[in-house]
Amino acid sequence: METIDTITIDYQHYLTANEIAAIEHEASIMETREAAGIEALKVVQEHRGWVSDDSLYAISDLLAMPVAQLEGVATFYNLIYRQAVGENVIHLCDSIACHLMATDGVLTAIKQHLKIDYGQTTTDGKFTLLSNACLGGCDKAPVMMIGAEHYEHLTPESAVEILQRLAAKEHTHE
Amino acid sequence: MSDSWQSSNIKPLTEWVNLQQPPTYSEYCQHGGYQGAKHAVLEHTPNEVLEIVKNSGLKGRGGAGFPTGMKWSFVPMFAEDDENAPENKYLVANADEMEPGTFKDRLLLEGIPHQLVEAMIIAGYTIGANKAYIFLRGEYHLAAKRLQQAIDEAYQENWLGEKIQGSKYSLELYVHCSAGRYICGEETALINALEGKRANPRAKPPFPQVAGLFGKPTIVNNVETLSNLPHILKNGIEWFQAIAPNSDAGSKIYGACGRVKTPGLWELPMGPTLREILFDYAGGMQDGLNFRGLLPGGASTDFLVAEHLDTPMDYDSIAKVGSRLGTGGLIVLDDKNCPVAMVLNLMRFFAQESCGWCTPCRDGTPWAVEVLTRIEHGKGRIEDLDTLAKLCDFMWIGKTHCALAPGAVEPLRSALKYFHDDFLQHIEQGCCRYNPESLAKRTQVATAGRAVS
Repeated sequence: METIDTITIDYQHYLTANEIAAIEHEASIMETREAAGIEALKVVQEHRGWVSDDSLYAISDLLAMPVAQLEGVATFYNLIYRQAVGENVIHLCDSIACHLMATDGVLTAIKQHLKIDYGQTTTDGKFTLLSNACLGGCDKAPVMMIGAEHYEHLTPESAVEILQRLAAKEHTHE
Repeated sequence: MSDSWQSSNIKPLTEWVNLQQPPTYSEYCQHGGYQGAKHAVLEHTPNEVLEIVKNSGLKGRGGAGFPTGMKWSFVPMFAEDDENAPENKYLVANADEMEPGTFKDRLLLEGIPHQLVEAMIIAGYTIGANKAYIFLRGEYHLAAKRLQQAIDEAYQENWLGEKIQGSKYSLELYVHCSAGRYICGEETALINALEGKRANPRAKPPFPQVAGLFGKPTIVNNVETLSNLPHILKNGIEWFQAIAPNSDAGSKIYGACGRVKTPGLWELPMGPTLREILFDYAGGMQDGLNFRGLLPGGASTDFLVAEHLDTPMDYDSIAKVGSRLGTGGLIVLDDKNCPVAMVLNLMRFFAQESCGWCTPCRDGTPWAVEVLTRIEHGKGRIEDLDTLAKLCDFMWIGKTHCALAPGAVEPLRSALKYFHDDFLQHIEQGCCRYNPESLAKRTQVATAGRAVS
C-alpha cells in the first residue's frame, strides 16, 4: 500500500508574543475560538500592514480552525488586505453622495498624482489606492479615509495636498 | 418654516450631542442620563419594561420599521431557577451603518456614546441578556474610541459588570469593530460576522430572537432605535407619543445629502414632509440647480419626485407613495447629475457588497451593472430596458435569500419609471447629455460623419 508523506509544520512561532496576547484576549471574550478569527486577522494586519499566507496559517493554527475557513473570512471582508499594501492606504469613498458631489475629479487627481490605479501601490511603497463603500460622511462629501483619519470636503487640489503632506511626514520619520 | 414642525423643539436623542467633546459620565448624568436605566433596572420587572416599550409605539429606525417591543417579545423568558433556561442571551446594537447616504448613527455614536450604553442596559435587562455587543463598522474609528471610553466609565460606575447598581442584573458590554461589509447590517449576517464567519445571511426561521448568536436567543437593534429607550423610560409613554403629531411615536433623525445648500442631520418629530426637510432644513438646491428626485431613506429605497414632495416622512405615508422611510436620509438628485449614472453608482455598490450566497443577487446585480454601464456610455440598446425590467423581477422579494437584492431593485425600478426619458435619450442619441466628454465625443462623431458624407 502506498503511503503519502505528510509534513506537519507548526506555524505558531510565526506570530510575536504581542500578537498572540492580543488574539488570546479576543478569543477569551468570545464563546468559541474561531469567533476571534476576524479580530485575529486585524491584529496581525495592524502589526504587519497586511495578512500574508504565513500569517494566515499561523492564525488558523493558533485558533484551531481550518485555514480554508479563515481564508474565506479574510477574503470576504473589505478591510482585510491579503496583498502587501503601501504605508498609507487611501480609501476613497465611491458611494452615491460622493458621486453626486463630483468625487470623480478627486479620483482623477489622485490617480494622476500618484500614477496608480485602484488596487495598485506606488513604486516607493508609500501609497495604495482603494475605493470604499460609503464612509458615512455624506454631508461632507467627497470624503476619503487614510489610516484612522477621515478627510472631508475634498477637492482635486486638497486631496493632492493631503497626499503630499503625508508623503513628507513619512520622510521626516526616516 | 412650517409652524407645526417648528413648534416642537423636543430633540431627546440629539439635544446633548457634542461632536467636539461628547458628554462624560458626570455631564451625561447632569442632563438626566442613566435615569431611564435606573427606572428600568431598579424599579421595574423586565416584563414591565417590555410592556412600556410595546405601548410606546417605538418602531425600528434602521430601515425595516418593525415594532421594537414586539420584536423583543419573541425572546423566550425563563424563571431564575428554570433548568431549561439557556446559559446566555445576547443583545447586539447594530452600528454597522453602511447604507450609502446614511450617517445618522455616527452622530449618536460620536456625539453621545453614553446614551447608547444606557439604552443597552435597558434593552439587555428587558430580554435577560448578560452579554452585549456593539457591532460597529470598522471605518468609524473615532466612534470606537469614544464608545470604549463611555463603556469604561460605565464599568467604573457599576452601570456595567456584576450586579448593576445593587440589583441582581449583570451585563458585560463589548465593542466589535467590523472588518467591513454592507451585508453585516442584515441582522443574521451580522450574527455570523460576530461568530467570526463570512457574513452570509441565515435562513429564517429560526429567528434570532430564539436562536441567534452562538445558537442562543439574540436581539439586534439599530443604534437610533435603542437610543430612544432611556428617554421613554425616563419620560413615559404619553410624552413619547406626544412628540409626533401623527399616529407614529417619537422623533426621527432625518438627513439630506447631494447638491443641496446645507446638507446635514436634523432630529424632528416623526413625519415632516419631504418638502420641509429638503427646503426648510437642507436649504433647497444649490444655486443654479433644480430638483429632479430623491431617495427618501438611503440607497435601497425607491426614487420619489416633485409630485411626492408633500408626503409626510413617516412609515405609512412614504410606503403609500411607493417608497420606504428606510433610514430617513434623503439622497437628492439635481438636474445636472445624470440619473442613469446615479443608478449605475448604486448598482455597483450593491454588486460589490452582495455576499454571493444566492444566484439572483450574485449574478443579477453585476448583470444590471453591465447593462447600465453600456447605457451610460452610449452603447445601450432599446431591448436593454426590458432586460433591466426583467432583472428587477428576478431580484425581487421572495426570489432572493435576503433583502439586499430587492433593495438594489428599488432605486432601479423607480428610476426606469421616473427617468424613462433619460434612459431613452442615452440609447437613442448614444451619449450622456450630462457628461461634457460624452457629448463632445458624440458631436465629433456626428461632424466626422458629415465630413465623410
